[in-house]
Amino acid sequence: MNPVLVNVLNDLQLDALTELVNLGVSRAAGSLREMIGEQVHLSVPNIALISRPDAVALLQAREEARLVAVHQVFEGDITGRVLLIFPETKSLELVRAVAGGDLALEDIIELEHEALAETGNIILNGCLATIANMLERSLKMSLPEILRGDGPEFFELDPPPAAGDVVLFLYIDFAVRERDINGYIVMLMDMPSLTALKDLLDEFIVRAAGPDALGTDAKH
Amino acid sequence: MSYTVLIVDDSKLARMAVARALGSLQPDWTRLEAANADDALQLVKQSNIDVTLLDFNMPGRDGLELAADLKHLRPTMPVAVISANSQVEIVARTQAVGAAFLPKPLTEKALAEFLEDAVRRLKSPAQ
Repeated sequence: MNPVLVNVLNDLQLDALTELVNLGVSRAAGSLREMIGEQVHLSVPNIALISRPDAVALLQAREEARLVAVHQVFEGDITGRVLLIFPETKSLELVRAVAGGDLALEDIIELEHEALAETGNIILNGCLATIANMLERSLKMSLPEILRGDGPEFFELDPPPAAGDVVLFLYIDFAVRERDINGYIVMLMDMPSLTALKDLLDEFIVRAAGPDALGTDAKH
Repeated sequence: MSYTVLIVDDSKLARMAVARALGSLQPDWTRLEAANADDALQLVKQSNIDVTLLDFNMPGRDGLELAADLKHLRPTMPVAVISANSQVEIVARTQAVGAAFLPKPLTEKALAEFLEDAVRRLKSPAQ
């Protein structure tokens, strides 16, 4: 299935957003690497502006098993949610990687919730903080919350989107090969925030590439 | 002395940002751009490129693989890999292939230091 792309951002804005996400995730991967002492591999980010049902279908097409997500809300000039999603079966392995040492299974299970929240917080906060800094805006992050489900639940969290049914769905694979851990980072935003984001991206583009950069959209 | 620099990044904006920094440091140098590793290799084979600046995280072959290919093709050409992913393994692999690692977002200061070193090496190719 090919999700229907929603034409809200122009090519250069999409390019700038991809670049920001790349920066944020790369730095967050550095933090995760420090936590677990093993290299974290990242894919090139995929960014799509698609509807909620398409986002659910995209995730379900890639993952059949039960999923666990660390979820945080961000608020400021732009408001939305970020989720760190991975197969539930990998969750204990991630905890083992983060907690280190030879913990007994019962200890790992006891630590799971805390370790997931902490890992998610470091990755998601690291990612969002970089993006906020690059956009020269501050974003307030909520505390991490752990969710479990098959996928659709993650896209229908309370409160519902203020307007429109369009979401910015971006996913980036991260993997710790030595431990067979992989997952996605997903960002959800509704239309009012996307409109605000367009202006912030234009400002960022001018800072990065100069005032003439915005005039080159047509040539992309 | 004017040199030709190849900028390789799948992001158009990132290429523009690097080109801008390079233009302000070395306005007389020639700037060429490529959006992927294959195009970059083609350009290096066809054109007289002196220095290359590569993004790390690209679809297809990444910047490290490209750096290794370029070093194989042109062992004395100064190559820098630009990335926000400064995990020790990546920095070490960059240095192992004989390229410099520059943190992203690229600052003019970091680029200037790399270019100064590159010019020194281009002027004394015996090294």
